[in-house]
Amino acid sequence: MSILIKNGRVIDPKSGLDEVIDVFINGNSIEKIDKHIRKTGSNVHVVDASGQIVAPGLVDIHAHLREPGYEWKETIMTGTMAAAKGGFTSVVCMANTNPVNDNKSVTDYIIQKAQAEASCRVFPCGAITKGLKGEELSEIGELYEAGIVAISDDGKSVRNSAVLAKAFEYSKLFGIPVISHCEDEDLSKGYVHEGRASILSGLDAIPAIAEELIVSRDIAVAKYADAAAHLTHISSAGSINIIQHAKKSYKKITCDTCCHYFSLTDEATLGFDTNTKVNPPLRGKEDMEAIKEGLRNNTIDIIATDHAPHEASSKDVEFDIATFGISGIETAFALSLALVHDGVITLPELLRKFTVNPAKLLKLPYGQIAPGKLADLIIFNTDREWKVDRSSFLSKGKNSPFHGWTVKGKNLLTIVDGKIVYKDSSFKG
Amino acid sequence: MNWTKKDLLGIAELSKEEILFVLDTTESFKEISQRDIKKVPTLRGKTVITLFYEPSTRTRTSFEIAAKRLSADTINISASTSSYVKGETLKDTAKNLEAMSPDVTIIRHSMPGAPHMLARIVDSSVINGGDGAHEHPTQALLDLFTMREKKGTVDGLKIAIVGDIIHSRVARSNIFALRHFDSEIVCCGPPTMLPPHIEELGVKVEYNLKKAIRNADVIMMLRIQKERGGVTYIPSIKEYSKFFGLSKELVANAKKDVIIMHPGPMNRGVEIMDDVADGPYSVILEQVENGVAVRMAILYLLLGRET
Repeated sequence: MSILIKNGRVIDPKSGLDEVIDVFINGNSIEKIDKHIRKTGSNVHVVDASGQIVAPGLVDIHAHLREPGYEWKETIMTGTMAAAKGGFTSVVCMANTNPVNDNKSVTDYIIQKAQAEASCRVFPCGAITKGLKGEELSEIGELYEAGIVAISDDGKSVRNSAVLAKAFEYSKLFGIPVISHCEDEDLSKGYVHEGRASILSGLDAIPAIAEELIVSRDIAVAKYADAAAHLTHISSAGSINIIQHAKKSYKKITCDTCCHYFSLTDEATLGFDTNTKVNPPLRGKEDMEAIKEGLRNNTIDIIATDHAPHEASSKDVEFDIATFGISGIETAFALSLALVHDGVITLPELLRKFTVNPAKLLKLPYGQIAPGKLADLIIFNTDREWKVDRSSFLSKGKNSPFHGWTVKGKNLLTIVDGKIVYKDSSFKG
Repeated sequence: MNWTKKDLLGIAELSKEEILFVLDTTESFKEISQRDIKKVPTLRGKTVITLFYEPSTRTRTSFEIAAKRLSADTINISASTSSYVKGETLKDTAKNLEAMSPDVTIIRHSMPGAPHMLARIVDSSVINGGDGAHEHPTQALLDLFTMREKKGTVDGLKIAIVGDIIHSRVARSNIFALRHFDSEIVCCGPPTMLPPHIEELGVKVEYNLKKAIRNADVIMMLRIQKERGGVTYIPSIKEYSKFFGLSKELVANAKKDVIIMHPGPMNRGVEIMDDVADGPYSVILEQVENGVAVRMAILYLLLGRET
């Protein structure tokens, strides 16, 4: 089976390609990129991409697929269907499953499940410490051999700085990044950002320094260990400042933010909608502006989803006791296109943060469109308006604060390994 | 004006006009409590539920008396005797209560936003009887009523709010109400007990109690919210009392006709000394008396609203 994508505007941030050109996929790889490729033979499926963008499939460095252990929230099957719908062809799944992905058997299970049931590529992230307890290192080497691409205790920081230093040092043995969840747990006993909105709502609040302290510490420890630090879901202006400054003298620092941090502020929590409860919390307007500026000036390298699906009953309770998290993998890219519409960054720059940058950090051979490369790509429209309706989510998690929003830009077709894994019902190509 | 709101969830959502309308309506209900026969048939056939997930003496009793004086039937549910202890969620409790067709549910809860959640679920009216550190709207309304009764106006006053402000729904609701008026609000307490950025609400911050109450018309004392961890915000109760306890000597710095308020329950000898609580400037029991009238007015307005 071959696929010929005709007349699309092909953007490949890695090579700088940006023109209306045809792409021919043979089997699971891209065979040819050229003007006016003719259909040869009958076994070629022609996709008319006129007026659409053809881009590398997106790479999400941070998602929760919840399997094993929390299959009522999400499974590898449903999570990757949702990912493919959202334009993602590779997804890194975090280790806070049950059991925790701190040993080879869990990694093996995830990879086998993904091979059998996933709609896109799945790359497990191993736990830094056994049971995410922050005490003893996981068997990182065995995890690496089983297929993990990074280590993280996401959900919390490694509290003990000596353990963290060992993790950074040890990670160099395999050349995998340590993904830091930055949160000082003593300072973060709350549910929303500490700011004007929290005074109004009376909800217990988390100050931005809870994040900034650990951003500073983790950078210092990574530097000490001469290791690569990736700081995930960065949300505050202060963190951006620290990272921007640190990057000048130390090159092995990268970071990501999530689309909710530049789409919403803490004002959204004022109605006590538990779908706005996320960790780190939605922050103030000045933080949102700093995030946008950080994306523009490349302090922020990557946009991740932090897809955190939850069952309705865990959100249908008082704000204090509701779960943290947003089911975001189906909306993250479309919402991020607002950055392009609003002139914050260009479309190729946005795509870079969703494709080549995460792929480079994880040393994955994806996130690009080039002859000979595996065919992971998407076709999307930048201007198509649609209404977010959580009841139509493929994810089991309907916990979205964006329900009812009108979004401009939509993924239409997702190809993974040369196969169409998602097609929007409106796409006639 | 006509009252249109179904629920009273917070002062923040009331206009100045609505606040004044409640105070004016309260005037006419206050007299009922002074009659020999303290009952009018206004809400006959109506059912009022008090659903209290936190302990309360004043507020629950006050609402119950208010409802009974208006001839409504009242049912009291407290967390310790409800299915809450068996693990029932607020949502399910709300749906079950709604199935029994109450007209008003008054909810008190330790978590901010619980009344808002209840109001989204049920069609009947919901009154916030205090939700965590968020709001306590009927308390603020009775406080404003008491201030207006004593001072003739709520404008042009200097009002000092003193104590554990970060955990206080009473402080928040009062600030939300008072900022509609041309009064000066000074928040005073240890810095750990003042929420960061509180100045953005248009209040002044003064750590020194003596300075905070200088020339004050109203001093509103708050207790330390032990149940919300208030004690961990200060080195000791003894030290707190030394710097933030209101004594007769300190009161001399305020205006000659200052009134001293406290939403209760008081911690005598901690934030307020006996000779102040029981002294000539104290209007603490009048607040309690006015609370019944304000709650009668609120029940009357919500149930008689224009639809």
